[in-house]
Amino acid sequence: MSTTLLRSARLASSLSSISRTFLHQGAPVKHLHTSLKTHYAASNSPPPAEGFLPGVANSQLIKHTHHDALRNPELAGVANGETKKMNTFQAINDAMSIALATDDTACVFGEDVGFGGVFRCTMGLADMFGRDRVFNTPLTEQGIAGFGIGMAAMGSTAIAEIQFADYIFPAFDQIVNEAAKYRYRSGGEFNVGGLCIRTPCGAVGHGGHYHSQSPEAYFAHTPGIKVVVPRSPIQAKGLLLASIRDRNPTIFMEPKILYRAAVEMVPVGDYELPLGKAEILTQGKDLTIIGWGAQLYVLENAIQLAQKRMPGLSVELIDLRSILPWDVETVCNSVNKTGRLLIAHEAPRTQGFAAEIASTVMERCFLRLEAPIQRVCSYDTPFPLVFEKFHVPDMIRCAEGIERAMKF
Amino acid sequence: MLSTQKISLAKVAAKAFITPLTVRTFASSAARNVSINLHKGSFESYNCDAPALDVEISKEELVRMYKSMVTMRRMEMASDGLYKAKLIRGFCHLCTGQEAVAVGMETALTAEDKIITAYRCHGFTYMRGGSITSILAELLGRKAGISGGKGGSMHMFTPNFFGGNGIVGAQVPLGAGIAFAQKYLGHKAATFSLYGDGASNQGQVFEAYNMAKLWELPAVFVCENNRYGMGTAANRSSANTSYFKRGDYIPGLKVNGMDVLAVHQAVAYAKEWTVSGKGPLLLEMETYRYGGHSMSDPGTTYRTREEIQHMRSNNDPITGLKQRLLEFNIITEDEMKAIDKAARVEVDQAVEEAKASGEPDLSEFWTQIYQKDAGIPYVRGREPEEFHRY
Repeated sequence: MSTTLLRSARLASSLSSISRTFLHQGAPVKHLHTSLKTHYAASNSPPPAEGFLPGVANSQLIKHTHHDALRNPELAGVANGETKKMNTFQAINDAMSIALATDDTACVFGEDVGFGGVFRCTMGLADMFGRDRVFNTPLTEQGIAGFGIGMAAMGSTAIAEIQFADYIFPAFDQIVNEAAKYRYRSGGEFNVGGLCIRTPCGAVGHGGHYHSQSPEAYFAHTPGIKVVVPRSPIQAKGLLLASIRDRNPTIFMEPKILYRAAVEMVPVGDYELPLGKAEILTQGKDLTIIGWGAQLYVLENAIQLAQKRMPGLSVELIDLRSILPWDVETVCNSVNKTGRLLIAHEAPRTQGFAAEIASTVMERCFLRLEAPIQRVCSYDTPFPLVFEKFHVPDMIRCAEGIERAMKF
Repeated sequence: MLSTQKISLAKVAAKAFITPLTVRTFASSAARNVSINLHKGSFESYNCDAPALDVEISKEELVRMYKSMVTMRRMEMASDGLYKAKLIRGFCHLCTGQEAVAVGMETALTAEDKIITAYRCHGFTYMRGGSITSILAELLGRKAGISGGKGGSMHMFTPNFFGGNGIVGAQVPLGAGIAFAQKYLGHKAATFSLYGDGASNQGQVFEAYNMAKLWELPAVFVCENNRYGMGTAANRSSANTSYFKRGDYIPGLKVNGMDVLAVHQAVAYAKEWTVSGKGPLLLEMETYRYGGHSMSDPGTTYRTREEIQHMRSNNDPITGLKQRLLEFNIITEDEMKAIDKAARVEVDQAVEEAKASGEPDLSEFWTQIYQKDAGIPYVRGREPEEFHRY
């Protein structure tokens, strides 16, 4: 208990002192969640790299209070512990801190992680755990992935960061051909279970072609790796710890728009959330909606919009959490209950992960389906800069999808 | 005879913003060229001879260089202001301080030579024929933009300039491919592939080196070493910071990239080298950016303000050329001020034009994904029945 306090205190103080150097306005870290508008409206500074998503603060999916957060049965292990107000990057930082503290072989590396990273996810880690465990790599994604695979093959825990998911493609061969297949082709002699690749993904308002992509579908097509997408700070910390400790190579995709926008009371203890299991966020009987990451907040708004037009609409909202392996049971049980399904994601429609879910649900729930499965996704174009608002599946399009499913 | 000479010189001078009155001082064509001696430390070579230190260049060319650099700097400063006013969104990488590389390169090349670079491309776009209005409009995401407003800061192209590339290092093998096509088609021209000190560690750069040397391509690889890969100092990212030697079997040349004449000389030398069939060459331009990596980066967390100030006061490319122009009596202070003023007016006007341009039509969202009649029948839209046909 005392070491936890000490670690949290050290983390908090190092976070605030380092953040004071980096934050333009010099405000302490704990005030980050309040009035984003006053921070940036009057200043001459550019918008933050991770964008704004003001609606998240009012979301019912976010656990604003200590008791709300600990009511989650999955957090039974830390139900008696403390919680602390953290945003997503702080929760991710905390998770890595715990991972480094509990696993001597763990190292964190990537581009610019030493000073804290472009999204501050690695703030203070180099100071706390030493520069031989938290270090910068040169600008080489393929090198980073390969290097991480090598380290993990020796049994170490390699927490690699790819600065933006859009840059993961030079590393694609290493992940798909090396990491995913190591255990299989060596007959179990070697495995790279200790590898966890973290990468910020998703639309951010101004990211353009190469700072907005969601590449989960490319990796979902690869047996041998796991792909995880968290929706909030509590989820991010638990899922990241699970991903790091799971003895399979995992890609952890962090929706970058949530780094500051999502703030919750996060348990300070060591806890993991299960991989391969979806979470039912709201129970319902008319329609099942599946999403992951930041899209869930859009879906929440879409549901509210749809409920205005169709009073009494009862929706079961599911956060898939793990893209690979995905929780087929929970989804199919839900569709068997409701008979209608809508899936929404930011990646383009053709061959997006919604296609996989739709196919499997069709196979298993064919006779139960009351309406065609709706997929509300981005259009099949490269991710545009000026046209971003049209490209992504916003709440209007999702609400339209709900209506199409209900009124078939 | 003198009067006819004055008229023709006046025409040339009018293009270079020199008043006919001063043209009278250089009466004969021989005196139009200046011989300038570069500083001894301008070049360092690896497995090749360094270019000559004395540069023969015409006065008009020098004034054109000055005007280009001043206009480029004004344009970048205007972009800075527009970004802070939130009219430019997204990522914006400015080349303030690195003007000499783009300008010195352009003056030594022809329109047949090709250039490809990474995301710090506004200056190159301007030098390769992009109008200031189209560049600023592209940053603003407007119809008048050089890519129709669809690309943004990192994606600007002209017929002999291949951009403007967002993924670090990805443009270098592309450059090798362009050079191959030039050799295959028998063009007597070269391709200059630029990348930074950070990108120099990308594996694909070495793959490009190998292919270029194996097939003796007219490719010149140019490392713009501005000492920092975003926030990482060169010596913390690279085991070997002599970027001009990293080509191993490809000869290299290190150049003072803050001196536009040194750049000009080196690029002319490199073009001659590759086009004459000697294969690829590596150039390292030692340069510096005053601003941060991009507009989101203050640029002061990984380097001292003193360092930036020092480079600005002692090594600024525009100041350096200014001193040369005055030393060789090429133009007067007043004429320089006139050029500065004209550049400011030109850029301000371009800003207004760019702002006045509208956003691209929504139909542009669906265009240019495929080539028409490419055999791919359609792109699906909002409704099941919505198709955009090609």
